[in-house]
Amino acid sequence: MTAEPVVTPEPVVTTAPAVTTGAANTAAGISAGAAGADTIVDAGTRGVGADVGRPDGVPKVQGRFAFSSDLWADDFLWGHTLRSPHASARILGIDIGPALATAGVHAVLLADDVPGRLNYGLEHPDQPVLADGQVRYVGEPVAVVAADHPDVARRAAEAIVVDYEPTDPLTDPEAAPTAEPIHPNGNVFREINIRHGDLDATGEVVVEGTYEVGMQDQAFMGPESGLALPDDDGGVELFISTQWLHVDREQIAACLGIDEEQVRLTLAGVGGAFGAREDLSLQIHLCLLALHTGKPVKMVYSRDESFFGHVHRHPAKMWYRHHADGDGRLVKVEARIVLDGGAYASTSSAVIANASCFAAGPYKVPAAHIVGLAARTNNPPCGAMRGFGAVQTCFGHESQMDKLAAALNMDPVELRLINALDSGDRLVTGQVITGTFPVAEVILQCAGAPAPDIPPSDDRRDLPGGSGRTTDAADTVRGTGFAVGFKNLMFSEGYDDYSSAACRVADGVATVTCACAEVGQGFVTLAQQIARTELGVDEVILAPAQTATIGSAGSSSASRQTWMSGGAVQAACRAVRDQILADVAADWGVSPDGLVLRDGLVVSLDGQQEALLAQITAGAGYEADVEYHHAPTEALDENGQGNAHVSFACAAHRVVADVDPDLGLVRIRDITTAQDVGRILNPTQAVGQIEGGTAQGVGLALMEEIILDNGQVRNASFTDYVIPTTLDMPDVTIAAWVEHPEPNAPYGAKGIGEPPTISSSAAVAAAVRDATNLPLPKIPIHPADIALG
Amino acid sequence: MPDPYSLRVNGVDCEVADSDLAESLLFVLRERLGLTGTKNACTEGECSSCAVLIDGVLTCSCLVLAATAADQEITTVEGLGDGRDELSVVQEAFVHEGAVQCGFCTPGLIVAVHDLLEANTEPSDGDVREALSGNLCRCTGYGRILAAVHSAAATKRSGS
Repeated sequence: MTAEPVVTPEPVVTTAPAVTTGAANTAAGISAGAAGADTIVDAGTRGVGADVGRPDGVPKVQGRFAFSSDLWADDFLWGHTLRSPHASARILGIDIGPALATAGVHAVLLADDVPGRLNYGLEHPDQPVLADGQVRYVGEPVAVVAADHPDVARRAAEAIVVDYEPTDPLTDPEAAPTAEPIHPNGNVFREINIRHGDLDATGEVVVEGTYEVGMQDQAFMGPESGLALPDDDGGVELFISTQWLHVDREQIAACLGIDEEQVRLTLAGVGGAFGAREDLSLQIHLCLLALHTGKPVKMVYSRDESFFGHVHRHPAKMWYRHHADGDGRLVKVEARIVLDGGAYASTSSAVIANASCFAAGPYKVPAAHIVGLAARTNNPPCGAMRGFGAVQTCFGHESQMDKLAAALNMDPVELRLINALDSGDRLVTGQVITGTFPVAEVILQCAGAPAPDIPPSDDRRDLPGGSGRTTDAADTVRGTGFAVGFKNLMFSEGYDDYSSAACRVADGVATVTCACAEVGQGFVTLAQQIARTELGVDEVILAPAQTATIGSAGSSSASRQTWMSGGAVQAACRAVRDQILADVAADWGVSPDGLVLRDGLVVSLDGQQEALLAQITAGAGYEADVEYHHAPTEALDENGQGNAHVSFACAAHRVVADVDPDLGLVRIRDITTAQDVGRILNPTQAVGQIEGGTAQGVGLALMEEIILDNGQVRNASFTDYVIPTTLDMPDVTIAAWVEHPEPNAPYGAKGIGEPPTISSSAAVAAAVRDATNLPLPKIPIHPADIALG
Repeated sequence: MPDPYSLRVNGVDCEVADSDLAESLLFVLRERLGLTGTKNACTEGECSSCAVLIDGVLTCSCLVLAATAADQEITTVEGLGDGRDELSVVQEAFVHEGAVQCGFCTPGLIVAVHDLLEANTEPSDGDVREALSGNLCRCTGYGRILAAVHSAAATKRSGS
């Protein structure tokens, strides 16, 4: 049987109105860079560069957009997961009898019921689909249940009797390398040694520090959910919110023990991602239950379960020693970075590579010795989150730059400027930056923006702690902090993270197919803009993102989809355009070089001939299916040297904060930013990325931390894990989009999602330090760190 | 199972059958009545993604047992526009100002902003921030949402 879900995401909305950016803080004059070589259609159209609204905006404001939790099918069952209450324990036995005997229960599955590979993993398959004799973190899935009501499924899961023999958990990543292995693959995910330049070099001025970053949760709004439907031939169809359909399929098929073609994934509406949907959560469980019961199965995590159901940002401990000459020029940077990867590999090996490669910040550093370690512990698994390793080390290197400026009695912005990397400079990995990298300009635009006008206010909502607290305006002190950070775009170290897209033009209408996961970032808008620009059409239909109809688009992560899937859509559209123009040119007896597609017409540049595209493409239609690859990269060698990265982007933040030093309360009054964007393709969407990314950095700086106690998570709820609200986030002033088109990027555009999250945390911490004169070596900064510091 | 009962949602009387009395209004709206616009982000009253109006009072539907709302007028996001093709002033402003990214918090915000602008046609920035401080959004940093609220308020004041 194959039941069609009654509600599926609406794939096609082509008539969204153009939007304008209404906010004063994104006023005119934000374009600081030079005009690029690539042609961008004039704003005012609905092509690339224009302020076009999201095609899914209208259904989303109406509540009609179907997220993965909104799906249903006839006669479907609800799935539920039983999870380990122990950070480390042997499983001596499991009795599913009472659960199976519960009325309404259709299946209770354990590790023995996994027909294929027992483990999965994004990079290394080391994580059990269901625990097999051993649990290694609190929340590890042990059993899954399907029942006819979610409460029945939950109660049945609670009725499963698991005989655990708890053991002492390993919770210290620094002790992990020499501790007894807690997994057959050992306790070290990866160790990196970057040795660059003269390691014996010393500087006239030396500053040293140790810094910590807490475990942050992505806290997307839409909890993990999906609907699996068994087919008649032993295969399964899965409607799912994810960041990467094809890599999900690969892992699901391996663990189900069936061919990849028998697993068909369709992207359901995704309620945010930020890295947390790059690893599998409930995908295999859903498919197992559907195949076992022969019925559609739906699963929706609760918020507390979501905290256990996905990886988090790695907590970090970082030691740094910076050497500079008397003028402030960096001579050498030494660092040791330890990331707690938790119980399973996820992307730890790539995160520690990023943390290490970018540990010195966007600065010219002639010599560096960076040691990075990602270790396995019995804490919750950590993996991808927006900024991916660069967030942690930005807090480290920027704290050090402020410390160095103080030691030199130098302006911190000036110190950053004289050390700023530029195109043609070398990273600590030895890689020469060949693309655009306007670090100094970004610093100048941000730091040089007019100081914020913060008038005195008698509104208690403007005080640290807000209206409900007891701060007195006279007791607050104000501080200003500055930070700059950077990271790579796309995957690194030789990984070919290509994207695929298809384009079809028939009857004057373009249809674009791409498996890029729309997670809120606005790729659906961009894909339509690109097709309009390349094909001169207005109506662009987006086919559903599916594994069965198109190849992989790679992950919606690493700030890569604008470049990679944008590039794939552009290439597919251009291939179709070339076919159309070649046919028309042959028909008219002219060269295709003299023809363009514009306004729904094929037009000769000499103005002599034109034809309706709808007529030219009537009936049969033209189509192309392409793969788009970025320039190849290479692995890092044993000294951490190599051309491992494709491209880089940077951002800077300046933060003004009011602090009540006695109560330890902080109120951010202003955030100003500038960002290296290459080229802006949609101004409103770019503003949204910058504001949203900045807010996640503010959260990490002041409030967001998963609290662990011997491996137990103590705050798995939005009551206890707090994220910024409207009262915590000030307006974000975008002082400049620094636009220097990236030579090899489609339209010159760099990904813009991650840089705002990288430097914002460090800038907030710097502002609080400036206000309090406290060292504050750890983020998030809790009130006690200030009041008792 | 208890006897069927009726909920009045967006002006329509809806029969709720086969429902456990322990089911929340959020669950019944979504899973019994097919009104999935109301969202399930935290189900503990912290995020307001599930906000509805019950007899005109802004409420987290996850915190209300459905059966207790039987004699009340319930308005969800689906009931706020003027039909499928007509957006309310607030919905229009959210689309135009770029206040929507992933969109999971959006329905709750739309309901909350309708409630705010019913009570206060000239909200200050502080008023808006305070009114929406219970609505969590993870994508936007709130900038475009606040712009949309002020834009909607201005449109309503101008009577257009």
